Amino acid sequence: MEKVIAGKPITVNEEGYLTDFNQWDEKVGEAIAAENHLSLTPRHWDVIKYLQNEQKNQVALSIRRVGKSGVVDIKELYSLFPNAPLKTATKIAGIPKPASCI
Amino acid sequence: MNEDKGAIKKMMIILSKGTLENVYAAFVLANGARMEGIAAEIFFTFFGLEAIHKKKLEHLHVATVGNPAMHMPTMLGGLPGMEALASNMMKKEMEKIDMPDILEFLDILTASGVKLWACKLAVDMFHYTKDDLYEGVEAIITVGDFYKESAGEGVHMLFI
Repeated sequence: MEKVIAGKPITVNEEGYLTDFNQWDEKVGEAIAAENHLSLTPRHWDVIKYLQNEQKNQVALSIRRVGKSGVVDIKELYSLFPNAPLKTATKIAGIPKPASCI
Repeated sequence: MNEDKGAIKKMMIILSKGTLENVYAAFVLANGARMEGIAAEIFFTFFGLEAIHKKKLEHLHVATVGNPAMHMPTMLGGLPGMEALASNMMKKEMEKIDMPDILEFLDILTASGVKLWACKLAVDMFHYTKDDLYEGVEAIITVGDFYKESAGEGVHMLFI
């Protein structure tokens, strides 16, 4: 379905995840973050860029892997994205929701 | 029950067993809750305490006896070394699916904001002290304290 995000029509799935990463830009990311009551700091962007890169390399995302990335530890990840960190961060990053249980 | 359409706000998990498969079940459920934005706490009691006992937590085993799902004859499961063998096989498979070992999992849980509690009665029974326990354990508490900790809307309790 289509949703207007940051003034542009964007295709998202029923949970609000972008289905086409080409429609993503930083303004879209900021708008999704604002919907989730987050304002993005440089540390948020570090995590978002890292997740996008992992997605590009087709790496399955998990909390454990992100924690070991050297980009952010698990404690900081939860403080940056307090409510469902991986789900929220991937939504902002414009990439699919991870299917991981750990 | 009707608040927020019955949304789960907090999982209170009681772990009473020290077998690898039960400990992992409790940890995956607690971690999975945090990943969904749900609070989680674990109360370790009886053999569940082994999962937070510094010297024992790295030596947990799967049960090879009295576990029909192992598809192993009970007499075979009781042979010396069989539990260790089955446990090592399971640990290898878990590593393949990115499952952390017990100590690393405890670190992940505490970093994720999961509160860990030790049951006072069981700690006394096994003659453990706070020093024997994983440092991320909040405190040794009574069952009454645990119930107080569990107050609130959308709180669910699970016994493993």
